[in-house]
Amino acid sequence: MKHKQLGSWEIKKTNTSSALKKFGISVTSIVLGLLFAGLFVLITGKDPLQLYSEIFQSSVGSIYGLSETLVEMIPLAFCSLGVSLAFRMQLWNIGAEGQFCMGAFGATYFALFFSDLPKLIMLPLMLLAGFICGGLWALIPAIPKAFWNVNETISSLLLNYVAYFWMAYLVYGPWKDPKGNNFPLTKPFPDSATIPVFGNTRISYAIFLVVIIAVAMFFLIKYSKWGYEISVSGSSRKAADYAGMSYVKNVLMVMFLSGSISGIAGMAEVSGVLHRLQQTISPGYGYTAILIALLARLNPFSILLVSFLMGGLLVGGFSLQTSGFPSSMVSMFQGSILFFVLAGEVFNNYRLVRKKA
Amino acid sequence: MVEMRKIVKEFPGILANDQVSFDVNSGEIHALLGENGAGKSTLMSVLTGLYRPDGGDIYIEGKKTDFLSPKDAVNCGIGMVHQHFKLVQPFTVAENVMLSIKGLKQIYNLNEIEQQIIKQSEAFGLSIDPKAKIWQLSVGEQQRVEIIKLLLLGAKVLILDEPTAVLTPQEANALFKTLLKMVKNGKSVILISHKMNEVLENTDRITVLRDGKSIGTVDTKTTNEKELAKMMVGRNINGQSEKKSYRKKEKIFSLDNASALGDSGLLKLKNISIDIYDGEILGVAGVDGNGQKELAEAVAGLRSLKTGGISFYGKDCTKSGRKKRINLGISYVPEDRMTTGLAPDLNAYENMALINYRKYRGFFIRWDKVRNDTDRLIQKFDVRLASKSNPVKMMSGGNIQKLLLAREIDSDPKLIIAVYPMRGLDIGATDYVKRLLIEQSEKGKAVLLISEDLEDLLSMTDRIIVMHGGEIMGVVNPSETSREEIGLMMAGKRKVDLREA
Repeated sequence: MKHKQLGSWEIKKTNTSSALKKFGISVTSIVLGLLFAGLFVLITGKDPLQLYSEIFQSSVGSIYGLSETLVEMIPLAFCSLGVSLAFRMQLWNIGAEGQFCMGAFGATYFALFFSDLPKLIMLPLMLLAGFICGGLWALIPAIPKAFWNVNETISSLLLNYVAYFWMAYLVYGPWKDPKGNNFPLTKPFPDSATIPVFGNTRISYAIFLVVIIAVAMFFLIKYSKWGYEISVSGSSRKAADYAGMSYVKNVLMVMFLSGSISGIAGMAEVSGVLHRLQQTISPGYGYTAILIALLARLNPFSILLVSFLMGGLLVGGFSLQTSGFPSSMVSMFQGSILFFVLAGEVFNNYRLVRKKA
Repeated sequence: MVEMRKIVKEFPGILANDQVSFDVNSGEIHALLGENGAGKSTLMSVLTGLYRPDGGDIYIEGKKTDFLSPKDAVNCGIGMVHQHFKLVQPFTVAENVMLSIKGLKQIYNLNEIEQQIIKQSEAFGLSIDPKAKIWQLSVGEQQRVEIIKLLLLGAKVLILDEPTAVLTPQEANALFKTLLKMVKNGKSVILISHKMNEVLENTDRITVLRDGKSIGTVDTKTTNEKELAKMMVGRNINGQSEKKSYRKKEKIFSLDNASALGDSGLLKLKNISIDIYDGEILGVAGVDGNGQKELAEAVAGLRSLKTGGISFYGKDCTKSGRKKRINLGISYVPEDRMTTGLAPDLNAYENMALINYRKYRGFFIRWDKVRNDTDRLIQKFDVRLASKSNPVKMMSGGNIQKLLLAREIDSDPKLIIAVYPMRGLDIGATDYVKRLLIEQSEKGKAVLLISEDLEDLLSMTDRIIVMHGGEIMGVVNPSETSREEIGLMMAGKRKVDLREA
């Protein structure tokens, strides 16, 4: 508890942190992050205000923009709910991107090779396939973690590349659509393998599932015995052992479920939006999901909200290209926001006070 | 030599040092006595440059100084031996000493350092082999390395934080002989302690702190235990809590020829056999690290046995894990309360469910019931909480232990394993915990009490097992033994050899 001195101010540790203060700090951090990113826009000679208004207009300024934002929100929220579960147990599952791809792969398999099945059987089957493939993919880093304490951060991250290239191999090779003009994509799914959408938007009914999972996760964490075990294990493994909880079992189960929710995201994307598997199924949903989970402090409902905001930023980013900005501007915004939010964490535990003379 | 005037140090919500004045002459041993949280460590952290005071001045040899970092304090000749030694285990003594010497040349002469170590150790009676690796040394020897380190850094004022906590009585005597030699050589020693008898026997002056304030400085010759105790707690304290005798009835637990590995993979328990009867407090004495922790974990079900067996009420439970043992009624108050006995980031309510959350039927925990139970227990056990929804890591040590004991006792166990349950608690809380454990044994529960405090063991227990190197040196009856006998057994002498000699 060493206090830093800054002129006539000093930083002191506080023990209280109200919900309102936390919320205020989050909002302030996001605004500061956007301002900071705006500086770079200014350097390039463009007007940051114009840029922000363009992002705003294109994402939530019209019915179409709003619907596109919701389309992006679905995979972000799924993956973010997935990783947040692992994060609660201090398991750093960075592999949502790969689990997303494997979920998409599992669902596509049934869509392509069992195309005669009726919709009522096909969709649950695809969902199950996405669930299991995503879960199994997360189990690969979980097993060495559980039994030999191998760092799951690196292994889950690296498996993203394996999953990505596995999918690329399929769409360039055996699963390539012969009538696709040589593009790296599969043939379109039969109608029975597509999730219905709202009216003439691209928002699929998978959005219901997102909300259901968020609510279920809230009750799981807050009230269930298993959720309690996850919280205890996340706080102290020794305390979990002390209470007779099986750490190994919980690591495996939490990682499996974490991966399988991201797997569902992959299934929802190919079945609900793209209607085929293609190499570019994700603009980094699995990575943005980590940022969202942290911004939302792992709270399932906050995750829905933050996913919506990040979805909007993503949609805005796509439209930026038409007005001469690189779409990667959005990545910079995300980075800038994350930086300020993490820096803002300090103010949850410390406060600036004027030194007594 | 050192003078601290009106030191003020404030932490959020706590005035840790309130205008504390303290001075040390050269050639004296000055004790800093006080309960936990009295402000001893804060004061010494100010003196060693770890904290900057919010008010007050420090004078070293009459010169006003302002320490910006611990390095400045070291340069002024102030050194501290912390409770937890700062040594690199796989390195030799000489290499560790070398590490602490600042401004080392690129090419160093290990031989020269070894010679210096030998010189210092001969001068002060600190026998040590400079070529020995740290992990091969006993705790007492490691402490000597820390002291030699300070001497070679040119320390004139040595601060020792609870130095005897980890030593056998014999080792502690040797330490005080060394300290005496040092002060005869003109050095000063500050001894942080809460053990009154050792302070009375070995110091020149005593300063008592309470609640961040200095209560006064007294000459050791002119004071006594009663006066000091009164200064420390601000009231007269009752004598030792005595235990009613019990009638041996039923064997609750037995460990039969058990061996177990420690965390490092070395054999830490060697062929131990223990029986515990209901209504009995069985004490385990020993220097920290001689297998007590492994014994407790083996009984609790957190460490599997390599050989041997465990039975509970005559039924074998060698293979059953912690969950089954909890259900059998084996309660465990671990040494590390904050991260083993409790989940530090969860609040008081959530922590109260740690042992019995499985009792609710179905998928969910009935938090409303947990809340009611918690409120009841917090009242009954007089746990003081700022807020029940704050993470428990923000609670003070005494309240943490009360909360933990409240939960364990409420689970109505048959056997309570308590590891250093009074360690780090102030006199009031210590008294409370002792009474609680004695009360439990009077209710017919068995208690396995692991402690380093011989006074507590002698006054509370029915039998005492003395452990050394993972083995039982002997079992003694508190009324038929002495501190000296237990001390020798803690140092590795067997009871049979002692009694025959």
